[in-house]
Amino acid sequence: MKPNLVLAFCLGASAIHAQQTNEVGALKRQLQEATEKFDRALQEHRKIIDDLNRRLEQVQAAQTNGRDRSLVTPGATNMVETDQSRLTSAGKGLRVGTQGAYMDIGLVGTFAAGTSTASDVEGGTQLGGHDPNQRGFTVQGVEATFSGAVDPYFRGMANVLFSIDAGGESFLELEEAYLETISLPGNLQVRGGQFLTEFGRHNPTHPHAWAFVDTPLVNARFLGPDGLRNPGARLSWLMPVPFYSEFSLAAQNSHGETAASFRSTGHVHDEETEDEVPFAFRHADNDRGLKHIDDLLFAPRYAVSFDVSDTQTLLLGASAAFGPNSRGGDDGGDTDTQIYGLDFTWKWKPARHHAGFPFVMWQTEAMWRKYDVGEFNWAEEEDGQIIDAGTGAPALLPGETLNDYGFYTQLLYGFKPRWIAGLRFDYVKGNQGDYERLDLTLNGEPLGRDLGRAERWRLSPNLTWFPTEFSKLRLQYNYDDRKSIGEDHSVWLQFEFILGAHAAHKF
Amino acid sequence: MAALALAAQSAIGKINVVATTADFAAIAREIGGDKVQVTALAKPTEDPHFIDAKPGFIAMLNRADVLIEGGAALEHGWLQPLLQGARNPKISGTAPGHVHGNDGINMLGVPTSVDRSRGDIHAEGNPHYLIDPMNAKIVAANIAEAFSKAEPKSYEIYRANLKAFQEKIDARMLEWQKQMAPHKGASLVAYHDSWPYFAERFGLKIEMFLEPKPGIPPTPSHVASLVQKMREQKVRVILVDAYVNRRQADSVASKTGAVTVPVSHFPGGVKGTEGGYIQLVDYLVNSISQALAGAK
Repeated sequence: MKPNLVLAFCLGASAIHAQQTNEVGALKRQLQEATEKFDRALQEHRKIIDDLNRRLEQVQAAQTNGRDRSLVTPGATNMVETDQSRLTSAGKGLRVGTQGAYMDIGLVGTFAAGTSTASDVEGGTQLGGHDPNQRGFTVQGVEATFSGAVDPYFRGMANVLFSIDAGGESFLELEEAYLETISLPGNLQVRGGQFLTEFGRHNPTHPHAWAFVDTPLVNARFLGPDGLRNPGARLSWLMPVPFYSEFSLAAQNSHGETAASFRSTGHVHDEETEDEVPFAFRHADNDRGLKHIDDLLFAPRYAVSFDVSDTQTLLLGASAAFGPNSRGGDDGGDTDTQIYGLDFTWKWKPARHHAGFPFVMWQTEAMWRKYDVGEFNWAEEEDGQIIDAGTGAPALLPGETLNDYGFYTQLLYGFKPRWIAGLRFDYVKGNQGDYERLDLTLNGEPLGRDLGRAERWRLSPNLTWFPTEFSKLRLQYNYDDRKSIGEDHSVWLQFEFILGAHAAHKF
Repeated sequence: MAALALAAQSAIGKINVVATTADFAAIAREIGGDKVQVTALAKPTEDPHFIDAKPGFIAMLNRADVLIEGGAALEHGWLQPLLQGARNPKISGTAPGHVHGNDGINMLGVPTSVDRSRGDIHAEGNPHYLIDPMNAKIVAANIAEAFSKAEPKSYEIYRANLKAFQEKIDARMLEWQKQMAPHKGASLVAYHDSWPYFAERFGLKIEMFLEPKPGIPPTPSHVASLVQKMREQKVRVILVDAYVNRRQADSVASKTGAVTVPVSHFPGGVKGTEGGYIQLVDYLVNSISQALAGAK
């Protein structure tokens, strides 16, 4: 606007010069032009004054707000990059720190109350580490989330979860804590630290964002009660095509309690109780460290998404996880696990929606696990309790490949603002292994099928009410059918609150 | 695929602009003219606070030269994960290609203290500022600045377009003020507190809402007290945003003899506003002044 001011003064000056000429016609013409120009300049002037008044008001308002706001002048380059208000504008939650040093802090508390006809709720009907774990009340998890930009190159986040198991023991888990690049060239992104493996849809999701009270059976069996997560690094590439198409590859440690199908015992909180039958009827041996690169866990994923219409979106993904497992047998030989997964998500949301409702979302994940086990001789164990009833001697289990598969499919219907009705069907099954065909006993009791791999299914209708985005009440019924154990009924009421920053949800 | 290829081809040589909502997109088109290719993420009929973070948006943002967001937590529920996935330094938080529409706006409704027991309050003030045409002039300037930085060659064009847009607003403003002048001080009801800037500009009072608190749906007791207040104060006009279920507004209207006026903040949100920002304000001023005139 400043050049206009100058222009206005020049115009005034040129009008004065015009008076010195003698030709009347030219004088009139010039006078007319000058008058027009003067009027225009006057209008511009008025606008400048208006704008200046406006800006003055803003500055005064900003000062009374104690803010240092940058003001925009057309064409000027006075954008203040370190505008604190811009930092605070990123979130409406709790943000602590002074200028240039800040982070978002949020807390999510998730609890459940309910009952079940099953006596073995924890690890029995409910396989997930953050599922309701007993009749009565359960602290499913209290998650604290810390996040923010580290510097112009990295963004950091940490998620710490506190929970209490059925025995009343407290657990503090580092769910995630990682660094992620903000702008690498070539559409690449690198993440490093402790993180949930990007396998399918459910595994990378934190408990408070689940649509059901509990973890799907197939996830709990194959990827572990607490989900597959470990220290590692992940590289992802967003392909330069006009639709969403992303490939990622993670390398993580394959040992630790949160690598269930790999070098872990696969138990909730890594505890194997006295009378518990271990997976594949043999002890896990995971005290071996990292000897070569093959000892790491590798997890590739490809995901692609399209809008199939103006109101329907489709997301398809293929995931895998490869790594050594902990059942290589007595000689400590290397055996591997391979898990493959396909996921399908379809969502419908009309062009006219209020607070995100109504919507319909259908999500399905199917997985297949190939688990090699080595030969295992119970005669070499100090506590050789598993006996071959045919010989009366400690059992000698053969080496073999165990094939398991399973899926869940869930339908969510947000039928009116703040209300969602859901229905999920779970199914898991393992092919009968050679070791299960042996006539084995534990403490005199016949073992039969491996319960960690036996067929079962579950049907779970539920209803969720969100009083606001920051609280949630959910009622769920589970009908469980476990082969060789029987049917069970469970009812859970889940309640949740969110304090402070709450990160936006992904699709 | 053919359509996509065509769209990509026509975009060659143009600045690729992504706006979160249709109102910013409309102003970006005014400023950019044929030098820009503008896409809005949210449909004009959608509730802008609750847009799905669709993966396809990540691909759009990845290719954007300029991103225009409203800021003030308008897109808080969905934009952040998209930006993280987009990995595009041109539009990262502090890059010149990331336009925060609210820069330089005098925000209304900035709470002195923030407490969620009062509902979903925005700490940075009410984010629905663009419906005041004087604010549209500031946003247009912010956009022109970003376009000039993205493509300095066309600086003169953006500047001329900005001037033309601002002059158009000024000229229309006189008309709008004239139309609204007889209704100074009139009281209206809205569903959500998204009209304070419009109210302030045109001297209206929009202080009663169907929502008892921001983001909390109408409750029977709140609606009952609202009906009573409307009867006492003879309030006869209810503004209903395009994305809101009209049933409750219609029921309140029938109990109070009021009329409901379909409104939107977004060009294309209601019929007859597809032509852009100025047409939208034309529509709002016409329909609201007519409703107020009829209610007298």
